[in-house]
Amino acid sequence: MTSLLSFGQVALSRGGRLLFEDLDLTLAPGEAIQVTGPNGSGKSSLIRLAAGLLRQDRGHVTRSGLALADDNLALDRELALRRALGFWATEVDQAMNAAGIGHLADVPVRLLSSGQAKRATLARVFGSGAPLWLLDEPLNALDVEGTRRLSVMIEQHRAGGGAIVAASHQPLAGDWRVMELGG
Amino acid sequence: MIAALIGRDIRRAFGGGAWLPVAFFLLIAALMPFAIGPDAHLLSRIGSGALWIAALTAALLPVERLIEPDRADGVLDQLFLHGMAEESIAFAKIVAHWISFAPLLLIAAIPGSVLLSMDGNSLAQTERALLVGTPGLASLALAIGAVTAGLPRAGSLAGLLLLPLAVPLLIFGAAGAMPLEAAVSLLLTAGAPFVAAAAIRACRT
Repeated sequence: MTSLLSFGQVALSRGGRLLFEDLDLTLAPGEAIQVTGPNGSGKSSLIRLAAGLLRQDRGHVTRSGLALADDNLALDRELALRRALGFWATEVDQAMNAAGIGHLADVPVRLLSSGQAKRATLARVFGSGAPLWLLDEPLNALDVEGTRRLSVMIEQHRAGGGAIVAASHQPLAGDWRVMELGG
Repeated sequence: MIAALIGRDIRRAFGGGAWLPVAFFLLIAALMPFAIGPDAHLLSRIGSGALWIAALTAALLPVERLIEPDRADGVLDQLFLHGMAEESIAFAKIVAHWISFAPLLLIAAIPGSVLLSMDGNSLAQTERALLVGTPGLASLALAIGAVTAGLPRAGSLAGLLLLPLAVPLLIFGAAGAMPLEAAVSLLLTAGAPFVAAAAIRACRT
């Protein structure tokens, strides 16, 4: 069976504090997992571990091609949005329209509001073509319309055989497997 | 991806502060006659060394902007997720930094030599030495930028780290010992991507 992400007996500690251990997780195409838990329980660290940006203390992690959206914008602020996204993504116009920021294509990134910037990071993920999406607090700064568009993007991605791990303490629309940390 | 990153960094450098180190370089060269006095003979004797001091201090200016903004904004993370090894990221950034720093410096050395009453011969020799030395200087600046990224008072710390490490370049460059200068420059250029890559990995949180 093909899995897009798998954790086997993974332990992770940060700053001398054990966040979790013996964590097992398999994510097949079309699946979505929501990681919940109180502040400081390791949701973001789990996302960064899944991305390969952190190293586990024990256990093994395998991952497929992935895209990450977190609080960092990672877009050149002096460029127009379309050009800035074009550095990372291929289907830029389609991604901007899906996130509802198509009309901002020629606006410099530094002028975007925080909600628009959040949509831009989601558009970067949408346009990446990666099968696995890692979303860290995807609902932060999103308005009602942004939240709706995110659900549509997620449904579309899952229908196309993609998988998602999202860390959020707010409920996400749709059908998610919930994994609670630090409970 | 390496070519795209080099192009992006060059665009950002020339769109931002690429002229600042060069203006600083010329300013230091212009201060020398005020500090030493207008004795043309004396100035021309110290000219080459003075240009080197000016180049070293000018190389310090951009250090804080080489790695830290991209680290803080998650660009380094995204590059890694797009399959670039940290060593490749560092290499691309060294190339881009050299391109946006060295040619302008070599051009600015011409008016600088006039300010210091240098003759054509010693200007040509200094230009050759700067051409050979600047890859090492750019690599060193990038490695120091990576090591100090995210630290408080990174700018001052970078000066304390960079200037002593640049002493071999200064000695051989100002003395016109071209093979030795080239060896030092090569060593710095070859080592810097690995130092910077280790630093980028270590400061990831």
